[in-house]
Amino acid sequence: MIAIEVGWGTTLAIKTAVVLGIVPLTALILGYVFLLKMMSHMQSRLGPMDPGGFHGWYQLIGDGIKFLQKEDIMPGEADRRVFALAPAIVVLSTFLVFVVIPAGPRIRVASLDSVKMFDGVGVFYALAVSSLSVIGVLMAGWASSNKYALLGALRAAAQLIAYELPLVLAVVGVVIQAGTMSLQGIVHFQQTGSLFGWSGIGFPLILTQFVGFALFMVASQAELTQPPFDMPVAESELVAGYMVEYTGFRFLFFFIGEFGTAFAFAALAATLFLGGWSVPWVHCTAADFLGPAVLFAKVMFVAFLMFWARFTYPRFREDQLQAIAWKWLIPIALANILLTGVLKVAF
Amino acid sequence: MTEFYRQYLAVAVFVLAAFGMVGAMLAVARILRPKVPQDEKYITYESGSDPLPLFGQMNVRYYVYALLFVIFDVEAVFIFPWAVNVEALSWFGLIEMGVFVGVLLLGLAYVWRKGLLKWA
Repeated sequence: MIAIEVGWGTTLAIKTAVVLGIVPLTALILGYVFLLKMMSHMQSRLGPMDPGGFHGWYQLIGDGIKFLQKEDIMPGEADRRVFALAPAIVVLSTFLVFVVIPAGPRIRVASLDSVKMFDGVGVFYALAVSSLSVIGVLMAGWASSNKYALLGALRAAAQLIAYELPLVLAVVGVVIQAGTMSLQGIVHFQQTGSLFGWSGIGFPLILTQFVGFALFMVASQAELTQPPFDMPVAESELVAGYMVEYTGFRFLFFFIGEFGTAFAFAALAATLFLGGWSVPWVHCTAADFLGPAVLFAKVMFVAFLMFWARFTYPRFREDQLQAIAWKWLIPIALANILLTGVLKVAF
Repeated sequence: MTEFYRQYLAVAVFVLAAFGMVGAMLAVARILRPKVPQDEKYITYESGSDPLPLFGQMNVRYYVYALLFVIFDVEAVFIFPWAVNVEALSWFGLIEMGVFVGVLLLGLAYVWRKGLLKWA
């Protein structure tokens, strides 16, 4: 961006530091804006609106300080090393998704493109690392040696693998249309595309992949174990599922993992279906400056949809959950893929 | 080192950075948090009653889903290379993929018919 020659090592160090800051920050922003404020308004909750006077701005800071003071308790029966490692795996999975998400023509950590431009494995990689968190969840549930935790972890594993498929298959339609798995390539395709010859807003893929977008949103909701898909952490039956024995910062890592991943999935949805960082009529250097803001706006919009569903619907039953994935989402996703393929080849 | 490998080096650095952040935050918390060991705190939580021994056996109803997942996940791996090259492979590739997906859907229909997708 700026004409200072820096080595790739330094650049990488800066990028790593920035993302290290961004991931907890995104978790805080989503937690504050949606979990505390939006939920309070939608469900008439008075508590989170109270501390600090104006709209309860102090609530999240207070929560942070509270977590900092919590004693670190590990159950005596626990498998100590696995118990300690589990939250780190969940955070790691969130971190790795952020590697490929582009925020501008040149703003990304690594596009994972091959030597050819716009030809890489970006989406594929993002979906692969995002499912790493299953391992962390299973580790947490197993190592706690707690019945609630084990049941929660098993439910979570069954849910995460069931909804992994619609999530992956929903993306295939986008890949078919753009002809690449590189996220930069997909954004480029949407930016340079045109609607019946009119290139005003490019060609956001949601126009043709609306089925894919809906599938992606439902599946990511389940992947985040958010209501209406929150059986693994169902507080009224399993207390908190796999997190039940965690305290203080170790518990906070699961929170960061959940909301950081919510942000990452929203960013993926925005990039795949809504054109990502691209802005009409803005190119090159200007796009580097505007890109992050545009992407952030789109991410907040997608996240709004996610949390809207979260605060509105009651929890499904476990058997309904599996039935939705296997009997509805996967056949629909496969039909969408074949239909997209036929249209792509025919036209 | 070529640009291609540098990108994957970034991934490796991120793995280290994630563990580093978790470690650093726990270290900071360690300085600030209290430590008052009491035997009762280390009992496994079971809604207040003394914990019973962990089940010897439990019915894992998810294994059919796990098997199905493996099948469909491998399918997804095969679909992606085709999805990138749909245009080049044209009708030939499309019909091939139609047959492939059709066979797998037949499998899903069989499992469905057998009642394995029901919560038994």
